[in-house]
This record gives sequence, C-alpha cells and structure tokens, in this order.
Amino acid sequence: MSSRADLAIVFIVAGKIVLCRCEDVTLADLEHCVSRGYRDIEEVKRYTAFGTGPCQGKECLAAVATQLAVLTQVPPAMMPPFTSRPPLAPTPLRLLARDPAAHRFADDPESERPR
Amino acid sequence: MLPVLDEEEDTARADVSGEIRLPATLEGAGPLPATAEIAIVGGGVIGLAIAYYLAKRGLNDVVVVERGYLAEGASGRNGGGVRQQWSTELNIRLMQESVELCRRFAVDIGVNVWFRQGGYLFLARSQAEVNRLEKNIALQNRCGVATRMLEPRGALAIVPELDLTGIVGAAYNPTDGILFPWPFLWGYARQAAAHGARIFTQTPVTGLERQKSGGYVVHTPRGSVRARRVINATGAWSPQLAQMIGVDIPTYPIRHEICSSEPLKPFLRPMVSELSSGLYCSQSMRGEIVGGVTIPGHDPTYGKGSTLEFLATYARRLVRLIPILGDIKILRQWAGPYDQSPDGNPILGTPPGHPDFFLACGFVGHGFMMAPIVGKLYGEWLTGAQPHEIFGRYTLDRFANGTAAHHEKEDFNIG
Repeated sequence: MSSRADLAIVFIVAGKIVLCRCEDVTLADLEHCVSRGYRDIEEVKRYTAFGTGPCQGKECLAAVATQLAVLTQVPPAMMPPFTSRPPLAPTPLRLLARDPAAHRFADDPESERPR
Repeated sequence: MLPVLDEEEDTARADVSGEIRLPATLEGAGPLPATAEIAIVGGGVIGLAIAYYLAKRGLNDVVVVERGYLAEGASGRNGGGVRQQWSTELNIRLMQESVELCRRFAVDIGVNVWFRQGGYLFLARSQAEVNRLEKNIALQNRCGVATRMLEPRGALAIVPELDLTGIVGAAYNPTDGILFPWPFLWGYARQAAAHGARIFTQTPVTGLERQKSGGYVVHTPRGSVRARRVINATGAWSPQLAQMIGVDIPTYPIRHEICSSEPLKPFLRPMVSELSSGLYCSQSMRGEIVGGVTIPGHDPTYGKGSTLEFLATYARRLVRLIPILGDIKILRQWAGPYDQSPDGNPILGTPPGHPDFFLACGFVGHGFMMAPIVGKLYGEWLTGAQPHEIFGRYTLDRFANGTAAHHEKEDFNIG
C-alpha cells in the first residue's frame, strides 16, 4: 500500500476519533482547524466549539491540547489551557436568581428586596 | 463541530502530504513588512472590516496587527445583536445600512454567520420609558424603520413566555437581528487576506512614532512597519495606543458580563430587552440563550473576570421576565470591555494635528453591529471618496471645543 493511501486511511480514521463529546469535535475537525491557521487553543475552541458544551472542557481539554501540541509542534508545556468559565457545573437560573449577590434595581418588587 | 463555517472548497483536508498548509489569513510567524500604505492596529471586527473594504477597493498594501488572536477583545465577547432601534437619526441610518450588509454577508464574504432577523423587542416598565420609546419610534419610522409600539398583550403575541406583570409597553422592530460574531471576523480576515492585506496575530504594538517626513512607525516584537497612515481600531484600548503619540481619547473601559445557557430547541424569535435593567437575551442558532444585564456603579477596568453578582442579577431579572427559563441551566459566563465614550457616540476621523492617524473607537458596546457600515465608509474614504458625514461629526475635537454638548446624545445604548 502506498504511503499516500496510508495517509488517506489515517484521515478517514481521524474523522471517527472524537475529542469533544459534548460538541462532537473529531481529530479531523481539529486538523482542519489548524490547517486554517487557527492554532491558539482559544481560537481552536471558538472555531470548533470544543469545550463549550455541558462539560465546559473538563473532559476534552486535555485531549484537544495534546493533539494540538502534536499538530502545531508546540511543546505541551507551552500550551496553557483556555480560560475556564464559571459556573463550575451547569446551574439552573432559578437557583442563581435566589442568590443574595444580585444587584437590586429601583423597580425590583418591594417584597423581594432584602430585609 | 459547528456546522460548516466557511464554504470554500476544502483543500486542506484533501491534502494527504502531511504538511499543514497555513492560509494567508493569519501570519503567525515571520517579520512584518518594512513598509505599508496603511497599518491597522487591532484585529477586531472594526479593524478587519476596514481592512477588507480597503483591500477590496484595491488598496491592499495594508498590514493588520493584532495583539492576541482574532476576536480576543470585545468583538469575540458580545451578544451578536444588530438593531436599528436607536435614538439619533445618524445612528438609525447607519444601522439600516449595516443590517443590509449583514443580510448580504454570506454571499459577499462566503462565510455563514448565522444572521437571523428575528426582531428586537424592547420592554418598558414605566410611562417614562414608554415615552422614550415612542419618541424614538417616531424618528425610526421617519427613517423607514418599521418599529411599532405594542401594548403588553402585543408583546405576548411575539414572546408568549413573557410574564407581563409590571410591563406597560413594548417596542418591536421585526428586521433587527442577531449573528454569530466569530465567523464574522474570520470572514472579513479571510477576504481581506485574499485581496492582499496581511494580518499578523500575536503581534502587540510596543511603540508608535510619528516620522518627521510623514507617516508613522509601528513597533512590535515582530519588527517595525513604517506606514503612511495608521488606523486605531483597538476598541477599549484605543486611549493607550493614541497616548503613544500624545493624543488623548476620553473613552474608558467598562466591563460587561454575559452568559450562555445549555442549548434548547428554537422557541425565542426576537432579542428581548428590558430598558430598566439593560437585561437582554436571545436564542442563538446553536439554541443557547445568550444574554446579559447592566449593573451600574462599577469603576472602569480592563479586567475580564466573572462575578456571581452578574450571574445572580441576570438570573433574577430574566426569571422574573420569562419565568419558564428558571429551569434552564447556565453553562458559562464571560466578560468584555465596552469602549465607553462620554456622549455615547463613536469617535471617528482624525484628531487635531494628526491628519494621517484615524480613529475608530468609542462604540459603547455596539461596535460589532456598526462595523460593517463603518468599515465600508472608511474603505471608501481612504481610497479617495468624499468622507461621509460621520467623519466630520463624530470627531475627537467635539469634546475639546464643546460641540459635543450640542450634538445629539445617543441615549439608547442598552445592554
């Protein structure tokens, strides 16, 4: 088998290797992203949407960063993770709405103002 | 993976040589060219829009230098709203043109930016707010924007999930919309590069020098470029760049936070906004509810940290307005700086004594929606067309010589 055919098989397999399960980002997607010039992990996040689903990168960040390091030939130690975003876990609005940290506007209902 | 963002033939994937081929769009390595006709500082939506329109009109000896990655600043941190509901005729007319450019963006630029005209619904909780909306609507209608005043029940017909308690009126324009900010920038960048502009990311400006013989030298760690003209498109950082050549810009950075929910099936057509709190939310094409709220009283800062105060305030106001959203979960929050100008209007044109230093700042959180038209008008002006009236009216010297007080003050910087 020629090396070109080998690589074609690798390409096909790469399309099946899922790096981010929440947003369905594969190794082939990452390769495509890098080929377009988006090589900063923050850009990769924005281009592929990896790490923007329910896990917010907790499952996929290391996998993507490892492969990005290979593709861009940047040492993994030189690749900081993307900025982690609160909240720590998906949180219902109803729960947040009861938090006393909320700013009170002039038209907030009287009954709801802090005593 | 997001649905296909760029519609070009995908040559990179078919290439099995193993070589990663960088497009011309982003020049991550290599020195700057020694000279350029125009240097644009800032790879946000304003700078890239100007680069695109310049290059498309044949002026492609253009270098864009961006400190970080494209969309690192406010351009990548906003809610993607595009509206024509403004309080001054000039801003209304500019945004009518911007909306038209957004409508054509996918065809003109070849990138899908998920532009969706679901309208903008502004909700009033007091008679004073209704009066303000009515005054603006009269002006918008004269300009040809079909905004209309609605009774609370009319708002319910558009968003049945609203709790009308305390709502006394609403303004609705069906042709306002939302877009997805990131591919918008990438589209401009790709097309600017295709027309010959050169875009350097990870390239901070460390110095700016005016040459006695004319023009400026822009210093970066990647080398220096001598440019006959420089455009300051650095958003909230504009005062810092201008200060390098002794120009004072009276804008200041105000942090605004924003958050995004888990994705839901499409149900919310318009951007919904509440005047009293600056609350706004819309449903993106990914299904997420994206929104924010304006918390007054915070000092200027370049900080991009997130706060519980924001999340709690947003949740409280949003659940009060649309109670059924109480059960959806917030996935993430982030922040970005508004480039706040003293009168709420942008600062364009050239400062006194610097005829070759062009400003495009002070957009107060609305630079994204203004970028298409501002980029186009700058592109036309700098390639020889007569300057549009914005370049004579929205000048820096309006603050120094007191004419700002006589200008129309934009009072509709909501959200």
